[in-house]
Formats: sequence, C-alpha cells, structure tokens
Amino acid sequence: MSAVLDVDGPAAPPRANGELVFAAPWESRAFGLVLTLVDAGRCTYEDFRRRLVARIGEDPDRPYYESWLAGLEDVLGGLVDEAALVARAAVLREVDDHEDHHP
Amino acid sequence: MERLSPAERTAALESLLVERELVDPSVMDGFIARYERDVGPMNGARVVARAWTDPEYLAWLRSDATAAIADLGFSGPQGEHMVALEQTDEVHHVVVCTLCSCYPWPVLGLPPSWYKDPAYRSRVVREPRAVLAEMGCEVPADVRIEVWDSSSEVRYLVVPQRPAGTDDLGVEELAALVTRDAMVGVARL
Repeated sequence: MSAVLDVDGPAAPPRANGELVFAAPWESRAFGLVLTLVDAGRCTYEDFRRRLVARIGEDPDRPYYESWLAGLEDVLGGLVDEAALVARAAVLREVDDHEDHHP
Repeated sequence: MERLSPAERTAALESLLVERELVDPSVMDGFIARYERDVGPMNGARVVARAWTDPEYLAWLRSDATAAIADLGFSGPQGEHMVALEQTDEVHHVVVCTLCSCYPWPVLGLPPSWYKDPAYRSRVVREPRAVLAEMGCEVPADVRIEVWDSSSEVRYLVVPQRPAGTDDLGVEELAALVTRDAMVGVARL
C-alpha cells in the first residue's frame, strides 16, 4: 500500500477549497443576496445567471463578483434605483463614521 | 452622481432589500456560512470514494448522478442536474463553464478563482492539453481529452481513476485521496 494519509497539511481531505472562497466580505454578501432572493422565490437562479453571463460578456476582465453584483442589480430591475442606493450608502457611511468616533 | 465602490453598493443594496423585507438577513447569513465553511469538495470526494468501492452505487451514479449524489445528502442549488464523467485509460475529462462559472456547488463548494478566470474559460476549450500541462496536469499523449462545458442544464462531477495500491483502504481513507482539482479534471490522482 503506497497511500499515506494526512489529517491536515497539503494532502489532507479537501474540506476547504484550498483558497479563500471570497476575496472580500462584500463578495460574500453579494453572493448571499442572490441565493436568498432565489430561495424566497423573488427570482430564479436561471434568470440571474442569464444576466450574470451578459455582464461577464460585456467586460470579461472585470472582477468576477463585480459582474455578479451588476447581474444582481439587473435582476432586481427598477426595484432599487441609483438615487436610493447612493442615499442609503451615504447613511451607512455616516453610521460608520459615527461608530469610529464614538466606539 | 457619485460612484459607489462595489462594497458600498452591496451594503446599500442589502440594507434596502432587508428594509423592504425582500431579504431575510438570517436566511442570508445561513447561506453564506454554509458555503464558506460547510460545503466543500469533501462532499464530492465521498461520492467518488463510494463509487470506487460500491459497484451498485457506481451503476446508479452512471444512470442518475443527481439522485445518487442526493442519496448521500448532497443536493441544492447548482446541483439539480448532475452528470458523472469517469476518467479512464483512454479518455481524460475536464470541465469548464465558458459563459460564466457554473459549478456543482453541493459536491465541490464554490469555484476556485482560476475556474472563473477568462483565460481558463476560453483557452481550455481551444488547447486543453497545454492548459492542463500549465496547471501541472500532464495527460499522457495516448489519452484523449474531452472538454465539457457546464451550463444551466448540466453540472459535471469528474470521477478520477482509483490510484493503484489502495485496495486496503476504506471509504473514508479513499475520500481523503480525492482532490477538488481531480474532480474538475485539472489534476490526475
């Protein structure tokens, strides 16, 4: 028998992907939003996938999760408009600043 | 109008969707935790090890991979239409998604970065032998390479050949030998 088993280390069972699944926290949030919307029946995964494919196609070199986010916004259609996003981002930024100054 | 970073856009979007009760934050956190921590290639490795050791299971995997895989408890989004591809002495299978990044999440977790890379997605179709060699996977010259394009209809799980000298190993020990890359077809065991 030539096989040598490792409990951990490079030859250990592939429990993890061998690398970070998400490069930044927002990527995991964008991923989770799509799954949750699909799970709640707000859209189908196939519907989202078509838009993801289109967004990747228009700019293949854009970071993957930026295309994912664009596809997510597409699938939401007019539900969330740019002005609402910008306004909410400003509110969130204020909350962050406030927490920074008064922990 | 100002340009938001992807992180700001995502946070704002999440905040609005939660506020409008279109997204339940606890459900969302559950999905993220599940795919970050719990679902990984070990699931696929268990399927492969079972197929190596149980001829009836292998036959089931060949005829209805979705059901055979679900029988081990692995099912969910992107695992609805599974097909198993067996590596042999004559043919080496390798999987890609040329359009986006379709990948069998329930058995392999989320795809690694190279799987999403435009270079891999386009080149592995045109020159699979060269791409595999660059990834450290030398396919013998007399072995034919078949490239399979994942789609919304079908997700593939590559079943590597069982390594020689492993007759004495149990299912769990065998599963430990199976790597993610071997189950995508960019590595040989």
